[in-house]
Amino acid sequence: MAGKTLFDKIWQAHEICQNEEGQSLLWVDRHLAHEGSFHAFNKLAERGQPVRHPECTICIADHYVPTTSRSLIAVQPKIRNVIQQLIDNSRHHGLTLIGLDDPRQGIVHVVGPEQGITQPGLLMVCGDSHTSTHGALGAFAFGIGASEVAHVLATQTLWQDKPKRMRITINGQLAPGVTAKDIALAWISRLGSDGARGYAIEYAGSVVRNLSVEARLTLCNLSIEGGGRCGMIAPDQKTIEYVKGRTYSPEGEMLEQAVAYWQTLYSDDDAEFDREVVLNGADIEPIVTWGVSPEDALPIRGCVPDPAKANSLGRAHQIQDSLDYMGLLPGQKLTDISIDRVFIGSCTNARIEDLRAAAAIVQGKVCKVPGIVSPGSTQVKAQAEAEGLDKTFIDAGLEWRESGCSMCVGMNGDLIASGERCASTTNRNFKGRQGPGARTHLMSPAMVAAAALTGHLTDIRDLLG
Amino acid sequence: MKSFTQLSSLACPLPLENIDTDQLIPARFMKESRADGYSNFLLHDMRFNAGGEPQKSILNTINKDNACSSEVLVALRNFGGGSSREAAVYALVDFGFRCVIAPSFGDIFASNAVNNGLLPALVSEKDCEQLLEALAGELGQIDIDLAAQTITCEDITIPFDINATWKLKLLNGWDDIDLTLVEAPKIAIFREKYRKCYPWLG
Repeated sequence: MAGKTLFDKIWQAHEICQNEEGQSLLWVDRHLAHEGSFHAFNKLAERGQPVRHPECTICIADHYVPTTSRSLIAVQPKIRNVIQQLIDNSRHHGLTLIGLDDPRQGIVHVVGPEQGITQPGLLMVCGDSHTSTHGALGAFAFGIGASEVAHVLATQTLWQDKPKRMRITINGQLAPGVTAKDIALAWISRLGSDGARGYAIEYAGSVVRNLSVEARLTLCNLSIEGGGRCGMIAPDQKTIEYVKGRTYSPEGEMLEQAVAYWQTLYSDDDAEFDREVVLNGADIEPIVTWGVSPEDALPIRGCVPDPAKANSLGRAHQIQDSLDYMGLLPGQKLTDISIDRVFIGSCTNARIEDLRAAAAIVQGKVCKVPGIVSPGSTQVKAQAEAEGLDKTFIDAGLEWRESGCSMCVGMNGDLIASGERCASTTNRNFKGRQGPGARTHLMSPAMVAAAALTGHLTDIRDLLG
Repeated sequence: MKSFTQLSSLACPLPLENIDTDQLIPARFMKESRADGYSNFLLHDMRFNAGGEPQKSILNTINKDNACSSEVLVALRNFGGGSSREAAVYALVDFGFRCVIAPSFGDIFASNAVNNGLLPALVSEKDCEQLLEALAGELGQIDIDLAAQTITCEDITIPFDINATWKLKLLNGWDDIDLTLVEAPKIAIFREKYRKCYPWLG
């Protein structure tokens, strides 16, 4: 019998039973809720159903929170109402709340790992597609919809079809200036935004082993942009050291038992994957998106695609539609694309290492365009301020804000004006994502910082000297 | 939940790839209460310009005063990718759609659809193209049989795929929470065993 993959092991540990059609009922260890969960709480209220395991849900305000201050006074009543509903629902059901004024507040997918809520081997869900982030620590974590959130609240379980297994191996080493963001955009542009649909992804290979835990969080975060059910990385010593000593992490004898278990979480040598994708780390270059899907990504030294050269009529139409929306011309050099503003933030790229990388580029210089920096969590913000990064950004002409989802999704009103072009560390360049008519180019934090300095998309390698 | 067995309706072609959930319902509308319905928000920025004026779109010709009602949308690959927002399904359902036909769906979207009685009918790229050709950019009569997993449009009949559990749920109008509560004893036994295996989880 073939060995088991990391994913198989965690799936099996959580399987309660199967129905006649082969779907599995899975135990959910941890559920993270945010303001958008109000639909789910309403469903529960309609049924008069209690929360089955209140100790397993943690509520965190991130999607709608203001980033200019922590006061709700100046916030639009409808936005305030959504934030208030999270507070009311958490109180009503006796759930832990990490609210706006909590020093642990931040984006759910930054706070989870930071507080030790995320641990190897856990099954975690959240009503947010970027829940795949938590897989970086060896958890099986995925985003769900409101009905499923209601189901988790009511039963602490979820029905799931077992996905197929895909391994993305990145061998060799990364070149200077190339980051986890570039790895993600590289495989998504190759496989497509639905290329991993129906698969649980495991990232492996020497490049992945050498990534920091924070970089692994970025890589797993973007799994959903390629359609993956989840993205995960087998826990290693780096993971264990990262998890130890955090608020929710086990201690003492419990930690020893946990570590012994975590060390069994890897894909056996003879485990079989349904699909194998292999990339050479040295071939990956700094990448930017040019269109309206994360699959529309190219190395920064490239040119905007020409619909006339597309391999099908459908694709030609799609490229033309993207270029019209993005206000770009076929064949234009990517480095000739000028930008109006930058955004450094989001669950993808707003951890301390991301902020350090961006700050190092703008240090002692002045940006040509305005922009916002919103740390991934209030704790990241405090750490950055202790290191003086806030001052570096402010001196360079960028705004230093509070933590939240902010301009990644614009729900709190942090929006880009129609027609404006933004270099962004976020995860989606969809039409209207950062505001109606807003044009988004995704890239790594250092690349965003470089674009801020020059006023156009820039190859970070030109600034590394 | 209302059950879904057969559907005879006009189909609305929307031959675009990657219609993500941000397009299906832009984020700024998600703070609204569902009580007033989400139909006006469906594909809002495709249907209306910045000033709120209706744009030229086939969607603006249907489901108004029931003069020309369509319950089936036909789109291209990766329909509903991106954000997990179930509001994207609410917008489709509130607009009057009961089925979306496409060659691939975002995972979370498809699951959300079934939980709201909306059928995500998965067809091959080739069959989808054939269907769109038959519709030729206009609304056209379509018949969907969930039990038989077939779609008929003019003289074409094509098969569609649907997960076996989802099919049962749609056919019977079952709700997951009801199905799961029946399994409470199994869950309790599992929970005891699980706590002993992984005591650090409490």
